[in-house]
Amino acid sequence: MKVKEKIESNPVECEAPNMGKSGESGWKLMRYLIVGVLFGIVFVKAEVISWFRIQEMFRLQSFFMYGVIGSAILVGLISIQLIKRFGIKTLGGEPIKIADKEFRKGQIIGGFIFGLGWALTGACPGPLFAQIGSGFSVVAVTLLSAIAGTWVYGKFADKLPN
Amino acid sequence: MEQLIDWISQPWPWYVAGPLIGLTVPALLIIGNKSFGISSSLRHACAACIPAKIPFFQYDWKKEIWNILFVAGIFLGGVIASVFLSNPDAIVLAESTQQDLIQLGITDFRNLLPADIFSWSNLFTLKGLFFFVIGGFLVGFGTRYAGGCTSGHAIMGISNLQWPSLVATIFFMLGGFVMTHLLLPYIMQWVGL
Repeated sequence: MKVKEKIESNPVECEAPNMGKSGESGWKLMRYLIVGVLFGIVFVKAEVISWFRIQEMFRLQSFFMYGVIGSAILVGLISIQLIKRFGIKTLGGEPIKIADKEFRKGQIIGGFIFGLGWALTGACPGPLFAQIGSGFSVVAVTLLSAIAGTWVYGKFADKLPN
Repeated sequence: MEQLIDWISQPWPWYVAGPLIGLTVPALLIIGNKSFGISSSLRHACAACIPAKIPFFQYDWKKEIWNILFVAGIFLGGVIASVFLSNPDAIVLAESTQQDLIQLGITDFRNLLPADIFSWSNLFTLKGLFFFVIGGFLVGFGTRYAGGCTSGHAIMGISNLQWPSLVATIFFMLGGFVMTHLLLPYIMQWVGL
């Protein structure tokens, strides 16, 4: 029971939560794999997985990455507005729900720490997977280290300012 | 068909890539009420493989298996893009960035990642320590502490008008600027680039 109490003190169970009510299995789950494949192709073809593009961005020497992220946000924003305005449902007929993000100090401290790593590795978590797939196999070490970083955060989560 | 492949194989402009990435948001919501986010997959990996009785990893990760499949897809997309749709030409980089990086010791501008840093032979050197081990650790630790990464906060969160996500994104950028302008020159010198 002790463990359960601790979970409740950590209200954010998962930041990209599965809000679907019905369980999914087999082919239904494969749809996420397909979206991932398309997404990965875009990542590589637009060269957003490039360490060089991230350097251009942080040196303010190219508009490219700002254009990518900015237009992605714009399309996401319009899509969510349309979904809310017209009450669009999921393919399974469920109402679409999006969890609110709660403010925590972690967004400042953790965000800054992630930024340091982003400029070093030239990758946020998504591009890490695409970099490995496109043949930079040594990035698997970076990914393992990122998993270790996540684990260490989890281990000390209740001792860190939040 | 060949022409089509040639055309697709060129680097895609930002105004094609950005909106396609943005469309992932409604795609995941409409397919099955899933909020776009990638760094969570790292947490699921911990919860599935090494939970070690840590409360942060005690949750039903099997419910989030869609997220693992999504990132597996990103990996496969990387394979497909590089095997079938790869661009034979070197990456076109801003002249000023190239000059800056040459100053810092980068010599190889042929691929998406500089071979000066990203090769197995650097794994057990200071380069490997900083760019793979420490870099990766900061990404994993930082994203989880922040509760999301560029996808979960910058794209999904801001798209949904969540101000904490805007705060997170500002600090992602700030961290990147500090690393690039203040720390990287010393690190590059120290690791012997």
